[in-house]
Amino acid sequence: MSKLTKTSAAADMEPTEERPTDAPSEFLSVRDLKVHFPTDDGVVKSVDGLSFTLEKGKTLGIVGESGSGKSVTSLSILGLHRVGSNRSRNARISGEVWLDGEELISADAARVRDLRGQKMAMIFQDPLTAMHPFFSVGQQIIEAYRVHHPSASKKEARKRTIEMLDRVGIPQPDRRVDDYPHQFSGGMRQRAMIAMALVNDPSLLIADEPTTALDVTVQAQILDLIRDLQKEFGSAVIIITHDLGVVAELADDILVMYGGRCIERGPSETIFEQPQHPYTWGLLGSMPRLDRERTDRLNPVKGSPPSLINLPSGCAFHPRCPYTDLTEGASQTVVPELREVGSRHLAACHLGKADRERIWTEEIAPKL
Amino acid sequence: MLVYLIRRLVNVAVLLLVVSAITFGIFFMVPKLTGSDPALLYVGKIADKAAVEGIRHKMGLDKSIAEQYFLFLKGLFVGRDYSQGTDVTHCSAPCFGYSFKTEQEVWPLLLDRLPVTLSLASGASVIWLVVGTGTGIVSALRRRSVLDRATMVTALAGVSLPIYFTGLLALSIFVNTLGWLPNNYVNFTDDPVEWARNLILPWITLAFLYAATYARLTRATLLEVLGEDYIRTARAKGLKENKVIGKHALRSTMTPILTVFGLDIGALIGGAVLTEKTFDLRGLGYEAVQAISQSDLPVILGVTLFAAFFVIMANLVVDLLYAVVDPRVRLG
Amino acid sequence: MTIPQQTTAEGAEPLLKVSGLVKHFPITKGVLRRQVGAVKAVDGLDFEVMPGETLGVVGESGCGKSTMGRLITRLLEPTGGKIEFEGRDITHLGTSAMRPRRRDVQMIFQDPYSSLNPRHTVGTIVSAPFRLQKVETEHGTKKAVQDLLELVGLSPEHYNRYPHEFSGGQRQRIGIARALALKPKLVVADEPVSALDVSIQAQVVNLLDDLQSELGLTYVIIAHDLSVIRHVSDRIAVMYLGKIVEIADRESLYGKPMHPYTTALMSAVPVPDPKRRTQRKRILLTGDVPSPISPPSGCRFHTRCWKATEVCRTVEPPLIALTPAAGHRVACHHPENAPDQAPGETSATAATGGKSVESA
Repeated sequence: MSKLTKTSAAADMEPTEERPTDAPSEFLSVRDLKVHFPTDDGVVKSVDGLSFTLEKGKTLGIVGESGSGKSVTSLSILGLHRVGSNRSRNARISGEVWLDGEELISADAARVRDLRGQKMAMIFQDPLTAMHPFFSVGQQIIEAYRVHHPSASKKEARKRTIEMLDRVGIPQPDRRVDDYPHQFSGGMRQRAMIAMALVNDPSLLIADEPTTALDVTVQAQILDLIRDLQKEFGSAVIIITHDLGVVAELADDILVMYGGRCIERGPSETIFEQPQHPYTWGLLGSMPRLDRERTDRLNPVKGSPPSLINLPSGCAFHPRCPYTDLTEGASQTVVPELREVGSRHLAACHLGKADRERIWTEEIAPKL
Repeated sequence: MLVYLIRRLVNVAVLLLVVSAITFGIFFMVPKLTGSDPALLYVGKIADKAAVEGIRHKMGLDKSIAEQYFLFLKGLFVGRDYSQGTDVTHCSAPCFGYSFKTEQEVWPLLLDRLPVTLSLASGASVIWLVVGTGTGIVSALRRRSVLDRATMVTALAGVSLPIYFTGLLALSIFVNTLGWLPNNYVNFTDDPVEWARNLILPWITLAFLYAATYARLTRATLLEVLGEDYIRTARAKGLKENKVIGKHALRSTMTPILTVFGLDIGALIGGAVLTEKTFDLRGLGYEAVQAISQSDLPVILGVTLFAAFFVIMANLVVDLLYAVVDPRVRLG
Repeated sequence: MTIPQQTTAEGAEPLLKVSGLVKHFPITKGVLRRQVGAVKAVDGLDFEVMPGETLGVVGESGCGKSTMGRLITRLLEPTGGKIEFEGRDITHLGTSAMRPRRRDVQMIFQDPYSSLNPRHTVGTIVSAPFRLQKVETEHGTKKAVQDLLELVGLSPEHYNRYPHEFSGGQRQRIGIARALALKPKLVVADEPVSALDVSIQAQVVNLLDDLQSELGLTYVIIAHDLSVIRHVSDRIAVMYLGKIVEIADRESLYGKPMHPYTTALMSAVPVPDPKRRTQRKRILLTGDVPSPISPPSGCRFHTRCWKATEVCRTVEPPLIALTPAAGHRVACHHPENAPDQAPGETSATAATGGKSVESA
């Protein structure tokens, strides 16, 4: 089935016959990733031409609002985009995902499944619904371990599980291992999820809104834990969130998504200090900040996020952008390319360099 | 857990007592109110007055309702004596009294009918569980396929067609026209093969109806479960699809099916009235219809209590199984 | 948000006065529904809300802030204490006696998806308060509803549409329009923006702000997000396990927080500034909030507090003003930014629950 969809997808979109045979040097390299879901109302272009790279030991923050395609991106890296609702079964995917020299989109489904949970693992948003209510926390982690260590005995797996629970800060792990998810608090459950994800020492960890369902004091604990564990295990981490505060805490690089595309990407400090895209400005202006003087008004982006079935023409952000006039109509008609706007800093915007810099320093930054 | 079990059993006892009181009230009070006389039913219309009075006294029908109910309960637990002067009849516990019509003891009658009903219910339930949940699972996994659509149309037919239609149709085709199958109940202990051969038609007819419901229920539940986050987690671990479905998804799909199954099987043991009547199986349901048409109060009372007992016990078993399956129930 | 000066003049009557408010949800067991305990969701609250101001209520899940919101709007029956609205005791008013008051107190809910009836048009939803209260409007209900829709930034043409045709932010605007229909005096908003996208959150926050200055509304805004709370509130109450641990005006609370819990909460908020993550001093609370069924003795925060001493375990600190700063009250034996209330106590018995760490 996957073969069929793949060929039809390739036929539907641009030709991708000519795959470069040379694997990229980066640990994770995503090239022109597209994930489209045909529905009765039209094709939902959840991810539409996304590229990025990530090295081991580094953290990439993917930021976006609901419907920006950030979650689908992470699921499709793991080959899980077909999972869930029925419509996802017909998902069309194209592009390349290279993990440690191995291309995953064209790879055999069994091979990807084998990597899943072993070389690449994921933490989900709501740890209550993400764990099976009928199995004990221990059973679920033991299972995750034994899938990829079939020769390990139950006893060994259990020992390893208790070690992991201890490592993620669960008190009395040898006793709590037999508890069920509902007997854990929200923060403990997320710790257990992290233990489950890390039990096989993955070199890529994807955390999809890992703290959104948690209280702020627990969020701080979990963010600290993720940071410590990354240092210890040296894995590459992708953290997906809508919260700029969370990425600022963790990410080395930030990628801002809008309407299924990357609109800005660069080192964290650059994105926060010299953002170049009006949407990024809007996100920064939308959030009240505790670390600055209180402003009288927030400066939100007008309007709502676009429909992924019917993206606006040209720059998808143009109906909400206050600066379209400065582009001489280009933003309504031409899809902006991601261009280098600074060192390792890319943005997809039609505004000229001078305009962008003037707007940021004169209009946006002072109001933050 | 033990405390829970004891409490539940006490509940069962209380519930049965209430059911017995209500049933007793209905079946012994109503004739009184409508002016028909249970004693007359025993001896027949042509009997002389003295004989009627004698029976009335012997059966205790001249006592107050409360006293009669007490005697009835006493009969259930320790047995009772029916006496008319020197003519004493002992009815040992559990005593449901005597049939008005045949003057047989009700309890042995019930025990006699039970195997038929149990045979019918057990065979049919196995078939509908396997077929119903099986097709439901396949339908859910191959959603919108031809197979799924065909199954769901068939299931719709199964739910809508009455059993006396499908049953009689099956009888006329396989027994009367083709002559492939017999239709005489044989005890399992006498000849298991003949037992099955005779029951296969009622089983399938009854199972068709239930399998349809179960297929739809299974399909809907499984589809819902497959959308759950923990299924995504299971896949993210790298589990093989058959394990994701077989271990993680089906475990959650089981619970609602279990509930419905418990209720169905309880009700069925209480009497599959239409099926038994259609196939002329002399089970509890058959007996109930018979007794009602003849106003045979002790038998009606016996069958009703028997049925209530099975429904309540099935519910109890379901609840206990629920606790086994779902730790949230077990551990609060 | 801005406070119209005339309404907060000294000696003004509070719009809402809550004293000793308690709500326990009984836990029953067995056939006889014997009560075996209670969830002490709200366990003795005292505060006032002045006309025209915004009181922000902040706390983690399970602290009782939502229950408090439902109590003061009388959607829940209080177990004890007193709620006065404009000087009148409304604590135990029945449904019919409460009905006229409902005009004055309205609620905005968190989830714009489930709080609107999907089978009703926007017109029906927003005009419901008029019908329920049998209010006649000058140019007819439809005109009134259309005016309201415009007020909250929706188009009057949306009158005949259904909730599912709107985005989350627009639905929240519908909810706000409904709440404002009868020109209430007090609006209680329970997590009004937490279900919304970042850019939409800011729109709704600004809208609430505009509506307040335009209509002279008084708000009680309940939220878990400390940044949002700081932005919208004039005064802020911090709740922990059914109690207010600190209440103060915005500048004072965020500038000189006194309760260790407040300090910890604030330091836990992720700051959108990657440079600072290496310099910030963070108080990292360990563990989770204890169960409100059996809250800790003494100061309820002592199990997680790094400053806790013996007195904290045994004596419950009263919510009192410790400094001359007007209206800054705190319930703590060992407050920050204020004189210690139990000097001489050593922290040798301190719980190991919390620690102050340099964020790496």
